Amino acid sequence: MTLLSLERLTVDFDTAEGRVRAVDDVSFRVPMNRSVALVGESGSGKTVISQAIMGLLPSRARISSGRILLHDPLNPQVDIDIARLDPAGAQMRNLRGNRIAMIFQEPMTSLSPLHTIGDQIGEAAQLHQGVSAAEARELTRTMLSLVQFPDPSRGVDAYPFELSGGLRQRAMIAMALICKPALLVADEPTTALDVTIQAETLKLIREVQQELSMSLLMITHDFGVVANMADEVVVIYHGKIMEKGSAQALFSDPRHPYLKALLNAVPSFGMEAGQRLVPIRPINANIASFLKDRPQHRAEKTPVLLRMSNVTKRFGSRKGGLLSAQPKLFTALDQVSLEVRRGECLGVVGESGSGKTTAALAMLRTFPVDEGHITFDKGDGPVDIASFDRAQMLDYRRRAQLIFQDPFSSLNPRMTVNDILMEPLTIHGIGTYPERQKRARELMDLVGLNPRFLRRYPHSFSGGQRQRIGIARALALNPEFILCDEPTSALDVSVQAQILNLLQDLKNELGLTYLFVSHNLAVVDYIADRIAVMCRGRVVEIGPTHAVVTTPIHPYTKALLSAVPEPRLDALLDFEHLDAMRASEPHLWPDPFRLEQGDVPELVEIAPDHLVCAPGRNAKQTIQSLVERAS
Amino acid sequence: MLYYTVRRLLTMIPTLLVISLLTFFIIELPEGDYISNQIAVLKSSGESASVAKLEFLRQEFALDRPFFERFAIWVGLWPGPHGFDGLLQGNWGWSFEYDKPVYEVVGPTLPLTIVLNAATILFVYLVSFPIGIYSATRQYSWGDYGFTFLGYVGLATPNFLLGLVLMYLANAWFDLSIGGLMDPEYIGEPWSVDKALSVLSHLIVPTIVIGTSGTAAMIRRLRANLLDELHKQYVTTARAKGMKERALLVKYPLRMALNPFIADIGNLIPSLVSGSVIVSVVLNLPTVGPVLLNALQSQDQFLAAFILLFVSVLTLVGMLVSDLLLAVLDPRIRLGGGSRS
Repeated sequence: MTLLSLERLTVDFDTAEGRVRAVDDVSFRVPMNRSVALVGESGSGKTVISQAIMGLLPSRARISSGRILLHDPLNPQVDIDIARLDPAGAQMRNLRGNRIAMIFQEPMTSLSPLHTIGDQIGEAAQLHQGVSAAEARELTRTMLSLVQFPDPSRGVDAYPFELSGGLRQRAMIAMALICKPALLVADEPTTALDVTIQAETLKLIREVQQELSMSLLMITHDFGVVANMADEVVVIYHGKIMEKGSAQALFSDPRHPYLKALLNAVPSFGMEAGQRLVPIRPINANIASFLKDRPQHRAEKTPVLLRMSNVTKRFGSRKGGLLSAQPKLFTALDQVSLEVRRGECLGVVGESGSGKTTAALAMLRTFPVDEGHITFDKGDGPVDIASFDRAQMLDYRRRAQLIFQDPFSSLNPRMTVNDILMEPLTIHGIGTYPERQKRARELMDLVGLNPRFLRRYPHSFSGGQRQRIGIARALALNPEFILCDEPTSALDVSVQAQILNLLQDLKNELGLTYLFVSHNLAVVDYIADRIAVMCRGRVVEIGPTHAVVTTPIHPYTKALLSAVPEPRLDALLDFEHLDAMRASEPHLWPDPFRLEQGDVPELVEIAPDHLVCAPGRNAKQTIQSLVERAS
Repeated sequence: MLYYTVRRLLTMIPTLLVISLLTFFIIELPEGDYISNQIAVLKSSGESASVAKLEFLRQEFALDRPFFERFAIWVGLWPGPHGFDGLLQGNWGWSFEYDKPVYEVVGPTLPLTIVLNAATILFVYLVSFPIGIYSATRQYSWGDYGFTFLGYVGLATPNFLLGLVLMYLANAWFDLSIGGLMDPEYIGEPWSVDKALSVLSHLIVPTIVIGTSGTAAMIRRLRANLLDELHKQYVTTARAKGMKERALLVKYPLRMALNPFIADIGNLIPSLVSGSVIVSVVLNLPTVGPVLLNALQSQDQFLAAFILLFVSVLTLVGMLVSDLLLAVLDPRIRLGGGSRS
């Protein structure tokens, strides 16, 4: 039985440059009680399709031809053609939120901050089922317990800003499901969430889908999510369907070259050492010509480039003024000790709030640390970076550079690429103007961008190109140490592969040292030599990448690894054994890993170079017996 | 909430103190004072007989004391020639120019000033809101363009010119007396229904004149704010629930767009008082604006300082009201600080 079928749907946008076809002759079906995944990169038209189904197309867009037929099981006599309904008319409004509902990508912005979530969830029931406010409240409470909201009766009166991202997304799901729709459209519902929360949310969507026996149209770019959620897959590129079929068929035997390429561009665990991702659009980085005027950083003999020892950083929350008592302190880094070795890539993984970015920024002396030391070795012995005077600091800035997460907001929109690339040189007073210009052209070459683009402004570049400009800027001063703060998390998978390969090549050719901060374990697994896992401001496990990924010891690392959806059908998530709630609470970890408030997060060496945070007594023996029992 | 209110009230005290100090300081910036100027004039014309009297007055009003002492005496924190006798004790000071207590000079104008200000603010909000919402929801329609045009005309026309035109029309069509805030026969009369009606009818022209530019600016801002909000994700969420456009607009984006307007109440007041001086002079309105202008010109320092302080108090009260309203309307402000993200 088909619930929804798109027949030769075409959507056009009226833009200043004329008409642009966003969706081109697309046909597919969503069967009853099944899940269909619509996969594609950004700009492929997948969101436009979801908007067309919901009747929420922007005013510039219009359905030029084709039909969207909804076969509602509650009203089986007639098929409704959504494409012909007035989007603001009564008939469409009766479908929206009632028979077809939608959840969005950003749980932070898709709820109104001024209304309680109970108000916003119950609204749909009041609109479509004609229930009173009190009944809607009761229904909301039921829905909140269905989505496993902790303490649903209090949750009804909570405001969105009081909730975490995961809980907000649960509230969104409750809102979409309150009228028991026949079809749920989920537009990247977990992209903005941490991996463990993502796994929980996917599990939840699965469960409520079975409970309410509805169909699911999942829009995503993540093949890991597809493998775990979808019965059928539709791959879309530039508004056209490239391939469609059952998930089984597509993963075992991808036919279309685009799909094959897309699958090859996704990093996954168990890639062989030295195996490279194959980006869809490879870039030609010209590294060789850059090498010749690179200064040789001295002394490869000292193996440790930077060391953090027992670094603690606390942030006071804004509250606390004239009349209130002591300001609340939040410990962002709790006695963190780690070392970055010359020439390696150290991956730092953790969920949001784990302190991984704080650690990176502390290394750059963006703020003073409260306790502990960070030493940097320029080749003549380790020196505390807190002791640097102005001139030494300027020299340190030349050696350590940062690549940002968001390529859109990290480039000044009012500066040309030329200005952006020359600015570091100007600040440090390096070279004459023609020399700086030459340098900017070399940098463009280095990251595979045409030097002719130098006169353009950032807005005329795509996300991946901007990130390459960001990388070029970081390299302008010939640094030896680069901190990458989630450099690919805002990018599409195909572009991600491109950037990761570029970073890897640059590191190998230029002898760079990386600190690679990311929440994506597969990405870190691909690029890092060693991994440090962080949770609640503490390093819980650190060791060689292969050891940490294949034989994780700490319960948090295990939880993190088990929550990563893999783009393979033979390694599905174990939804039964997820416990994200417990895994990130240090006081709920089993002995000897348990950390109470005030405990020293002591690292114990389990295997050579593989350390685990275990403050309990006889930790080493206990863990070793645990490991032996497991193997 | 109660705690918040009390805290806001308490913080007003030091603010007021600082404002009064600044006001007093600025008023005294020009060389000399009213009386020493008078003495200079008398001396140059050779009438030294009255000089002694004026010297006496200087001592009487403590003008010969150091700055901080003068200030403290004015506020009433320090004993003057007649013991504690300042603002805190209810003595608003002496106007040299009018040779009357400040209370008697300003007293009659204050209620009318407040009434006129309140009427103007009400007018600004009542007119700009519907128009702003209309312009935002029907962006680039003929109506939007029309109101935009009217708004710019309103911003660009000098207020006093508009005042003269409207006054002429009101007189020609509705037979209203020219200028003032009531018909001349009621001036000095006790309050009655007829007098109140006369005041109300005379309020219309000044309200429109003073409020026009504020309204025009407000329309533009509401339109811009609302346009920002209309494209936010939560509006789409509400639409995806199947809400009607109108109900949705009022419940979500409009409420979000309200914040800057409420926050603005406090700022509106000083600009209305100081911006309406010329209009008040042209329309012959018995408000504090012209009195302030006069006092500043003749260095009538206690009068000027008192009026400036009065406007500051009005502003502070306006800010308090807007802060409390914001806290009521916006849970993020009410419950903020303890939020987790």
